[in-house]
Amino acid sequence: MKVDIEKRILAANEELAGSNRELFADHGVFVLDLMASPGAGKTSTILATIDALRDRYSIAVIEGDIASKVDAEKVRAHGIPAVQINTGGACHLESAMIRRAVDTLDLESLDLIIIENVGNLVCPSDFDLGENAKVMILSVPEGHDKPYKYPNIFQVSEAVILNKYDTMSVFDFNEEEFREVVKSLNGQVPVFPIAATKGDGVDAWTEWLAARIDAAKREGSR
Amino acid sequence: MHEMGIAEGILSSSLEAAEGAGALSITGVYVTIGELTEVSEDALQFAWEAICPGTLAEGSVLDVTMVPATSGCADCGHEWMHDRYSGAQCPSCGGWVVMLRQGREMKIDSIDIDEESDA
Repeated sequence: MKVDIEKRILAANEELAGSNRELFADHGVFVLDLMASPGAGKTSTILATIDALRDRYSIAVIEGDIASKVDAEKVRAHGIPAVQINTGGACHLESAMIRRAVDTLDLESLDLIIIENVGNLVCPSDFDLGENAKVMILSVPEGHDKPYKYPNIFQVSEAVILNKYDTMSVFDFNEEEFREVVKSLNGQVPVFPIAATKGDGVDAWTEWLAARIDAAKREGSR
Repeated sequence: MHEMGIAEGILSSSLEAAEGAGALSITGVYVTIGELTEVSEDALQFAWEAICPGTLAEGSVLDVTMVPATSGCADCGHEWMHDRYSGAQCPSCGGWVVMLRQGREMKIDSIDIDEESDA
C-alpha cells in the first residue's frame, strides 16, 4: 500500500528555524549566519565587524565549531558575549543548536547576533537557522574558481565578502572572472573586498549590514 | 556530507507515517530532491542503508527523483530550465528579477508499506 506524506525532509529543522525567526523578531534582534571555509577569516571578519559596529549596536556572537572554544574566547576577549557550540563532528549548525545557544543570551538587550557557522562551503548552505541573512566569506588564497565548485553557498548568500584582499598581488586570483561567475549564480549580490585584520574595506561591508539591521528594525520582523 | 541528517529526516517522517497506517514494514520511500541543493544521491543512499537496520524501513528501497531548476522572469514572464549558472538573468529579456520555481526541493513524497492485514 502507498501512503502519501508530502512533507519537507528538513521540516523539523525548518519549523524550529521559523520559531527562532519569530523569537528574534519579537526581541528586535538581527541575526547574521556567516559561512566560509576553514581559514577564510570568519573570526577576524567578526572581530572587525564588532569594532566597526559596537558603538551603534549591542552585539553577541554564537560560535560553531566541531570542537574547542578558542573562537568564543577570542570574541570574549573583545568584551562581547559569545556562546560556543561544539557540534562534535557535525559539519554545519542546525536550528535546534542555535535555539539552545540563544536561550543563554539576553535577547532583550541585543541588536545583532552573528553566528559563525562551521567552516565548510557545502553543508551550511542547506540549513535554515532562523537568521535574517546568510552571508559568506571567500578569501583570496582559496582561488577565484570556488563559485564553480561550491555554487549553492554563493546562491543562498545575500552578500559575499572577499577577504584577504591585500594578498591579491601574490595569488593568481582573477577578480573579474570571480565577479562574473558570482553574478551568473546570484544576480546583483554585493561583493565586498576586505582585509579583515587590517580593517581595509570593512566600512562598506558594515554599512551594508547596518542598513539591513535598521531596515529589519523598522519592519519589526523579517 | 550532511546526507546523514537528511536521511534521518526522511526516516523519521517515514516511520511516523508507517506507524500511523499500521504498517508491518516499509518497502519503498519516494523523495524529490532539487538539483540546486547540495545533496548527493550516492551519499544519501549510503546514509539510508546505514540508518534503516533495526527499524520498519530495514531493507527498503529509497527512490530519489532529482528535479531540474526552473525559473520565471518577473519582467517578461519567460520560464526556463537552467543549471546553476544560468538562472540569475532572464535569457529572453535580460531581466535580473527572477523567481526560482523549482530546483531547491528536499521533499518526502510517499512510502510503500506492508500492512498487518496482508500478513
